[in-house]
Amino acid sequence: MSSPDRVAMKHGAGGRAMRALIEDVFLSLGGPVDGVGLSAMDDGAALRIGDQWLVVTTDSHVVQPIFFPGGDIGRLSICGTVNDLAMMGATEPLGLTCAVVIEEGFPREDLLRIRDAMKRACDEAGVTVVTGDTKVMGKGEVDGIVLNTAGFGLTRRLVRDNGLRPGDRIIVTGTVGDHGMAVMTRRRDLQIEGDLRSDVAPLNGLVRAALDAGGDAVVAMKDPTRGGLASVLHEFAQKAKVGVLLDGPSVPVNPEVLAASEILGIDPLVVANEGKAVLGVRPEAAERVLAAIRAHPLGRRAALVGTALAERPGNVILDTGLGRRLLAESDGEPLPRIC
Amino acid sequence: MALQNLPAELKFRDPARARALAQALEREVKAIGRTPVNVMHVCGSHEQAIARFGLRAVFPRDLSVIMGPGCPVCVTDTPEVDEAVALAAMGARVCTYGDMLKLPGAQKSLGDAQTDGGKVEVVYSATQAVEVAKRYPLEQVVFFASGFETTAVATAAVLLAGVPDNFSVLSSHKYVPAAMEVVASMPETNIEGYIAAGHAAIITGWEIFVPFAQKTGAPVVVAGFEPLDVLAALVKLVELIKDKRPEVANMYPRCVTREGNKPAQEKLWKVFQPVSGDWRGIARVPQGNLDLRPEWAHVDARKRFRIDTNLVGGQVVNALAAQCLCGAIMSGLKNPHDCSLFGKECRPDAPVGACMVSSEGACRIWHQYGGLPDLREVG
Amino acid sequence: MCLGVPGKVLEVNGLEATVDFFGVTKLLRLDIVDEPVSVGDYVLNHVGFAIRRIPPDEVGETLALFEQVLKEAAAGDLMAEDVRGEMAAGGKVREKV
Repeated sequence: MSSPDRVAMKHGAGGRAMRALIEDVFLSLGGPVDGVGLSAMDDGAALRIGDQWLVVTTDSHVVQPIFFPGGDIGRLSICGTVNDLAMMGATEPLGLTCAVVIEEGFPREDLLRIRDAMKRACDEAGVTVVTGDTKVMGKGEVDGIVLNTAGFGLTRRLVRDNGLRPGDRIIVTGTVGDHGMAVMTRRRDLQIEGDLRSDVAPLNGLVRAALDAGGDAVVAMKDPTRGGLASVLHEFAQKAKVGVLLDGPSVPVNPEVLAASEILGIDPLVVANEGKAVLGVRPEAAERVLAAIRAHPLGRRAALVGTALAERPGNVILDTGLGRRLLAESDGEPLPRIC
Repeated sequence: MALQNLPAELKFRDPARARALAQALEREVKAIGRTPVNVMHVCGSHEQAIARFGLRAVFPRDLSVIMGPGCPVCVTDTPEVDEAVALAAMGARVCTYGDMLKLPGAQKSLGDAQTDGGKVEVVYSATQAVEVAKRYPLEQVVFFASGFETTAVATAAVLLAGVPDNFSVLSSHKYVPAAMEVVASMPETNIEGYIAAGHAAIITGWEIFVPFAQKTGAPVVVAGFEPLDVLAALVKLVELIKDKRPEVANMYPRCVTREGNKPAQEKLWKVFQPVSGDWRGIARVPQGNLDLRPEWAHVDARKRFRIDTNLVGGQVVNALAAQCLCGAIMSGLKNPHDCSLFGKECRPDAPVGACMVSSEGACRIWHQYGGLPDLREVG
Repeated sequence: MCLGVPGKVLEVNGLEATVDFFGVTKLLRLDIVDEPVSVGDYVLNHVGFAIRRIPPDEVGETLALFEQVLKEAAAGDLMAEDVRGEMAAGGKVREKV
C-alpha cells in the first residue's frame, strides 16, 4: 500500500502518478519562457533564439538489465535524447552531454561495451558528446550504472504535441511493444525465451524525412516510450481536447511480441518503444507523409492507425475489429526500469 | 493487432464471423421478447475477453451479461490473507501468485509484509515454489496456494510428485460450481443461464453441470476464451433459454469432454477435500473451499505451524471499505460503475476492494478496458 | 489465469516439455494432462502445467460448430446468408505449418 509521504515506483512510470508528482513538486521551479517551458511537459524545452528555436532535453537511464537483446543502456541513452529532440523538430542535434554515476566494482569491460554502443549510436545519429561528468558511488549505493544525457539543437520548425483537430490522421512509424517485451524476457523471473529484440534507434533522419514531406501539416509528434502508444494517444487527445479513434487491426505488431503479450497478459499498446514515433497529420498530407516514412529504413512498417474525432474529447477509443471499447488511461508503463 | 501470419487458432478472432454471431445473438434475444435477459459467467478470463475486445458494444441492448464470483483472488477472505501475512511475520518465506500480493488483509497485504521486511516471493507456478524451497533448505517455505479447481490440480500434482521437508502449503483453493449454487439460490439475481468456465471444465468435464441445470432450470453452456468462443456460446445459451431447455451444451469441444480429465480429477481429490468456507463478499459457500486431506497434514501449513493472526488480524475498520460494493458485484447484483469509489478512491494502484486488486476482478478489468460507455455510434 | 492460446510442443523430457507459443517458448509440466504428449502436439497451459492436448483436427471442428450455431439461429434470414457467403469465400482454416 502506497504512503502519500513517500515516493513509490509508480511515480517513475511515465503515467498519471508521475505527472502529478511533477506538478506538485517540480513545476514551481519553472517560470515564463519565450517558447515551450516546464509547464508544457513536452518532450523537451524550446527557447526562442532569433528566428529559430533552441530545443533542449534531458533523460536519465536506469534500464534493467543494462544489456538486452537489440541494445543496451548506452545505445538507449544516446537514442533517447536524440529522439526527444527530434520529436520537437530538432533533427540535427548540436551535441549531447553525458553524465555517469557508476557503482564501485562495475566491470571495466562492461563500461567499454557501453561506450562502444554509444559511439555507434552517435555515428548513426550524426552527433557527438561534447561534455560530461563522472561519479563513482560505493558498492550497493547505486545499482550498476545510471546514465544521464542531455541534448540540444536548433530548429526553425517547432513541432508540439497538442495540435490535433477532428479529421486529422495518426501515423505510427513501425511495430509497437518491441522494446518493453525484449527487456522483459531478459528478466530472470519470467521463464520466457523468445526472439524479441528492442527497437532502440535514432529517429532524427526519419523525422526529417517526414517533416520535409509534410511541413506544417505535421501538427503533433511524440515518441511512445513509457506507457506506449496508448500514453501518446491520451496526451494527444487531452492536450488538443479531441477524441481519438484507434483502429486496432492496423497497428503493426511483431508476432513474437503478440505471443509474449498473450502469455503475460500485457497489452503491446501500453508497452515502451525506443525506436518509433507517433505523428498527427492533417488528412490531405497523410498519404505523402506515410510514403516518406516508409521510404526510410526505420519506417518500413509505418501505418495509418487512427483518426482524431470531435466526439469524446480527451478519450481514446479502440476499435478491436470485433467491437469497441475505451482505451483506459493507464497509470504508465506496467514494467519498472524499462528505460 | 495486425493480423498478418494469422495462425489457425486466431481464426477465433475473425471479424466477419464475429459480426454474424452478434447478429444471430440479436435475433435470438429479440425472439425471447423480454428485457433484460440476464446471463452470468463465472470466470475472470471470460470477462477479460469480453472487455478487451469491446464485445459489449456489439451485444444486444436487451442482453445483460453479468460477471459472477469468477475471480479466485477476489473471493479469498481476509482471515486467509492474514494467515499468510502472519507466516511471513513469523519468518517463513511465503511464495504466492502475483495477483495475491496486493490483496488487503485486516491490516496489511502480503506486499506490505514484503515492504516491512518479510520474505515474500512471487511465483508463476507451484513448481517454482518447490524450487524456492530447494534453494533455501534452511528456511520454512510456505506456498500460499490460491486459485480455483484447475489451479488446485497443479498444487496436487506437485505434492504427489514429492516435495522437500521445508515446503508446506497454505491452501486457499476454491471450488467454483459451489459458488454457482449459492448465486442461483439468491432470488434477487434472476439469472436465466450460465456460461461455465472453460479451463475448469477441461478438468471436471461438462457432465457435472447437468444436475445443476435441472435443479435451477437454467441452461449452462461451456465456453472457450477467444471472443468467437464467447459469442457462439452466448448464441447457444440464449437459444436454450428461449426454448426453455435447462440443458448443458459444450461449445468448447476442442478442449472439454463429458467426463473431463479423469487422472487430473483423481489427483485433485486424492489431495484435497471440499469444505464449507467463507468467501470474501459472498459469506458462506457450502463445499466451496478446498482443504488438504488429513493424510496430507504433514505438508499442511495450518497443521505444521501454529498460525497466530492476532497481531496482524483484527476487525477491518475502514470508511472506504464500508462503501466497497465488491460483494454485490461478485454476486451479479451490481456492476463496477455502480460503486462510488470506482476509478476514484479505488484504483489498481490504490485498491479498496478485492475486485480491483486482481487481474480477474470485474472492477480491475473494467478499469483497464474502459468500462461500459456506449460506443455503438462513435466515429 | 486461463489463457486460451495453445502452444506447440518442441521437446519432451520426462514430465517436462518445451512449448512454443508463436515464437516464445515456455517450460511446462506434463503431470496432469490425460494423454501422452509428443513433439508437434498442441497443448493448453494453466499456471505452468499442460492441462489438455488439443487434437489437430479440433480447430476445424470448432469452426464448424460455430457455423452450425449460426445456421440454427438464422433460419430464413437473408442478411445471415450474405455474411455466410462472405465467410465461405474468404475463410479457410489454415493448418499451422
